[in-house]
Amino acid sequence: MTSAVDPTFNLASSVAAKPDAPVAPVKLKVEGLQFYYGQNHALKNINFDIPEKRVTAMIGPSGCGKSTLLRVFNRMYDLYPGQRAEGQVLFDGVNIVGKELDSTVVRSRIGMVFQKPTPFPMSIYDNIAFGVRLHEKLNKAQMDERVEWCLRKAAIWDETKDRLNTSALGMSGGQQQRLCIARTIAVRPEVILLDEPTSALDPISTSKIEDLIDELKREFTIVIVTHNMQQAARCADITAFFYLGELIEVAPSDVIFTNPKEIKTRDYITGRFG
Amino acid sequence: MDATVDGMRTGSALPISEAKGTGAVSDPIFVGLLWASGIFVLVLLGLIIAELFMGGLPALQHFGLEFVWSSAWNPVTENYGALVQIYGTLFSAVIAVVVALPLSFGIAFFLTEIAPPALKRPIGVAVQLLAAVPSIIFGMWGFFVIVPLMAAYVQPPLIDTFGQLPIIGLLFQGPPLGSGMFTAGLILAVMILPFITAMFVETLESVPPMLKESAYGVGGTTYEVYKNVSVPYGRTAMVGAVMLGLGRALGETMAVTFVIGNANRLSASLFAPGATIASTIANEFPEAPIGSLKLTSLLQLGFILFVISFIVLAVSRALVRSRMD
Repeated sequence: MTSAVDPTFNLASSVAAKPDAPVAPVKLKVEGLQFYYGQNHALKNINFDIPEKRVTAMIGPSGCGKSTLLRVFNRMYDLYPGQRAEGQVLFDGVNIVGKELDSTVVRSRIGMVFQKPTPFPMSIYDNIAFGVRLHEKLNKAQMDERVEWCLRKAAIWDETKDRLNTSALGMSGGQQQRLCIARTIAVRPEVILLDEPTSALDPISTSKIEDLIDELKREFTIVIVTHNMQQAARCADITAFFYLGELIEVAPSDVIFTNPKEIKTRDYITGRFG
Repeated sequence: MDATVDGMRTGSALPISEAKGTGAVSDPIFVGLLWASGIFVLVLLGLIIAELFMGGLPALQHFGLEFVWSSAWNPVTENYGALVQIYGTLFSAVIAVVVALPLSFGIAFFLTEIAPPALKRPIGVAVQLLAAVPSIIFGMWGFFVIVPLMAAYVQPPLIDTFGQLPIIGLLFQGPPLGSGMFTAGLILAVMILPFITAMFVETLESVPPMLKESAYGVGGTTYEVYKNVSVPYGRTAMVGAVMLGLGRALGETMAVTFVIGNANRLSASLFAPGATIASTIANEFPEAPIGSLKLTSLLQLGFILFVISFIVLAVSRALVRSRMD
């Protein structure tokens, strides 16, 4: 049972079934993806579509491969010899797995936010400007504008506008995580990957991040890995369940959480294992 | 049967107030030895400082504080000063750090980020072995290999080209002797390289992988991540590492004595022969009779070196620790 995804399941029409969701084109298309950590076969023949400007959640117990898939999307595995991917991930129809595309180009289009806030050891302003400077030549005014734009997008402008030149390390955990999201947005990616973005945060910061995700999906395609099933149910339009390196089921979130097709999915979301 | 059981039950014949623990005698001895070892270090260091200070006191009383900034060193007129040696010590150590620093950066980053596992070990071991080479070997190598090379191929073109420039030219004056400040600095650089590199590697390895991944994640290249994230993250510890290297370079004796030229002269030129505190002591000690003004001046030099090293070490410790917290 490599993939128990219902072949007749049409993602676009399912999403369209929701009143507020018009038909979404496919942004990332995963085709026959295999991933290996050395000898360890971590992802087994993954096939599914991630729709544009929607939130797609990936859930599953630890070690199921969901984070690995995220790291394939922005080629983070390139940094580590011994990790390799086979198959295809099509970004607007172009394969991003393999050596044809420069990894820095892929990463500027597909940004990532990590489990823990990772502010760079520099000022708030420079944290944002760092990524932008790598890809664009902006003058001071344009850069100021960009910094304000993405801090506003990340709903953190009011808290930071008076201290842009102070160290980012002095912010609270929740603020740091929103700064990291702002930093990712600043490069103007098309896809944002969130790897358990709230696992290190308190409930109030978590709800702020979730509101933010809701805001951001108007402009960005979002893929979120989470251990928190309520979070997936709250935030995601589509949810994919992974188990032992296989994609077990992918469906609109309300279907997955109320009426899953697979027994494994039901067992997991009702807490029978995981 | 019953008797045995009773015997077992009343195994402790002594009342508890008279019983002795098993370690009653040996353990206090062991603890005492540990105390003694700890105190020994303090006492030893205290005695060395006191001895150096007392030994050098007559020179200080004779010449006054002027000893520190007098450039004289004349055994015939019995006139001594420390300026040339202090200058030589600091100048050669600074050259060493300036040369070793970029190399250490390169090696450390190569080892932590770029090197394939098959190459990582050999290079790591080679760097460690460099630290195990005795300083006398470096001295001989410097004297027989580096000095002639410098005199023949390196110094003449540098003197001919840069020597003409204003201000910078001052660094490139004098005959190409081969020995001198610059050569001493080069040898010192090779000697402190392993220490600085080892600490850099440790610092770079402590940079959280997730932090580096975030920097790669916004599209950073290897160089950009290194320059903007890894190095700033470990900045303080790296400054501390450089200071530790500087501290080693300040006190190094044998290798420097071989190649520095041992001249009691002040010169801004990189190629001029000079002297360091350590090289002066090594050279002059055999000719300093007990009770002479020369001997006490040498001891005073030693005390000054101790103070300089102590300051550098204290600063480096403080910096390294501030990072760890």
